[in-house]
Amino acid sequence: MVMKRSAGEKVFSVCNILFMILMMVVTLYPFWYVVTCSFSDSAQLIGARGMMMLPKGFSLASYQAVLQNPNILSGYRTTLIVVVIGTTLNVLMTAICAFLLTRKKFALRGVMTYMALFTMYFGGGMIPTYLVVYKWLNLGDSLWALILPGAISTYNMIIMRTNFAEIPESLEESAKIDGANDILILFRIILPLSLPIIAVMVLFYGVAHWNSWFNALLYIRTRAKYPLQLVLREILLMNDTSQMTAGSAASDRFFLGESIKYATIIVATVPILLVYPFIQKYFVTGIMIGAVKG
Amino acid sequence: MKATITANNTGTDLRKHFSLTTKVKNELWQNRYLYLLAIPVIAYYVMFCYLPMFGLVIAFKQYELGKGIMESQWVGLKYFQEFFSGIYFGRLMKNTLIISFYSILFGFPAPIIFALLMNELRQRRFKKVVQTVTYLPHFISLVVICGMVVDFLSSDGVLTRMFTIFGGQKTNYVGDTRYFRAIYVISDIWQGIGWGSIIYLAALAGIDQQLYEAAVIDGAGRWKQTLHITLPGILPTIMIMLIMRIGQILSVGYEKIILLYGPGTYEVADVISSYVYRMGIGQSRYSFSAAVGLFQSVVNVILLVAANKTSRRLSGTSLF
Repeated sequence: MVMKRSAGEKVFSVCNILFMILMMVVTLYPFWYVVTCSFSDSAQLIGARGMMMLPKGFSLASYQAVLQNPNILSGYRTTLIVVVIGTTLNVLMTAICAFLLTRKKFALRGVMTYMALFTMYFGGGMIPTYLVVYKWLNLGDSLWALILPGAISTYNMIIMRTNFAEIPESLEESAKIDGANDILILFRIILPLSLPIIAVMVLFYGVAHWNSWFNALLYIRTRAKYPLQLVLREILLMNDTSQMTAGSAASDRFFLGESIKYATIIVATVPILLVYPFIQKYFVTGIMIGAVKG
Repeated sequence: MKATITANNTGTDLRKHFSLTTKVKNELWQNRYLYLLAIPVIAYYVMFCYLPMFGLVIAFKQYELGKGIMESQWVGLKYFQEFFSGIYFGRLMKNTLIISFYSILFGFPAPIIFALLMNELRQRRFKKVVQTVTYLPHFISLVVICGMVVDFLSSDGVLTRMFTIFGGQKTNYVGDTRYFRAIYVISDIWQGIGWGSIIYLAALAGIDQQLYEAAVIDGAGRWKQTLHITLPGILPTIMIMLIMRIGQILSVGYEKIILLYGPGTYEVADVISSYVYRMGIGQSRYSFSAAVGLFQSVVNVILLVAANKTSRRLSGTSLF
């Protein structure tokens, strides 16, 4: 459309662009600030934490302290285990459920659909769930307590079901004639045709596992089994950096404690930041499918 | 099993063919792989979704770990009465409703306005960059976000220092009862505005472009187009999102509350779900906290259904 734009519209366009730039600065600056602090010299940082564009002095001491910290390392290990096993199980279970709910010949299809949808609106809540997982199923202090509850997110399952429903049935017919059973149809035909949505699911579930902390707060008692986010909570929000600065001289401890916080944030967030630019378009695809379904 | 099937296939035994058990057996055998696949799925939903729902009966019983649910004594509505007449009921309801109200008032329209403004950007690449940047905070963990909030607003934090330039106090803002709710709502908007706009951008992309062309011929400017085409076009999406939001009025994001609050700010920050957590997990008062949690879920469902009905009557849009 080529047309004359009024002066008012031009002013609006310029203001709009300026507003968007402001939004980006407001979004990014906090992260940049954390980066600059993490590389700063701890002693110079104290009492000088105003707006800054570049590190004050340069030091890697805080990163050394963080990477030598046994809690951070064991946290990384737990989180990686939960992300890998949990996400695999999530995607598998979600795919199976979505597959079942698209089988027209399956007698339980209607019942199971209602059974799944109902859980989106009503649930047992925190305490009964805690009792079931911790006391009845005896999963207390086990990493399974971080993996099994929430194995299927009904919301994600619906996204997947919508996707599966679009696969033409004729593709399955020929396989059936060749004698393939339903399990083979799922793994040999449906899943290979759904790689984009599987990527979305891996990312949705993977990031959720990486960032989750509350279930661990409920179920994990042994410190060595804490996932990364729970360790982070102690350092960032309960101000417990004593373990990390234990090796340093008493005079340095106070200073180091401050910049360690920033280095910890970076160490725990870098994996997400590294994959983010690549996965971003998949996330958007996923939520669009969900949106269309409403 | 095999015998039944041959009998059916040949059609010699009609009586057997029409009996219910045989039909069930037949169905089970024919779709045996589907039923095999259904076992883990049903097991998951039963164990982790429906067993906790059944576990809600402890809200009406004096549940003791040693006794189990069945043997525990039935006490009816005792724990509900205890909650409603307790000293914290008023405070919890007030905090929950106020924080929810602010979240809806400011947090709900923010992504809509943001999406509308982004929709007006003519430079595709610039728009893409804005999207990529503003979606980012959604993927950062809540622990890190809250850690940054606490640090930036501590008495020596970077935001506190900025405030002092404009005459603000040098104090720990997160621990201050006057600012806690504002910090909660604003940081929520900061983290979610970009991601929340995706769904509205999708709705905006679905509006028929011919409508705009027709409007231009009729002499409508940008503002008129927004008012008469864009907003009605995304109204169904807005209504669906609003219905879902209203269905969560009593469940303020407890994870974030628990990360940010402290005994000093309970007065303004303690909400129903954080109270459930403290009573249930912290003090092992299972029956009492299950009753409080059930009250919260039931009110949420009632609000959801009510909002859905109202929306269907007023705008013709509904969730179910």
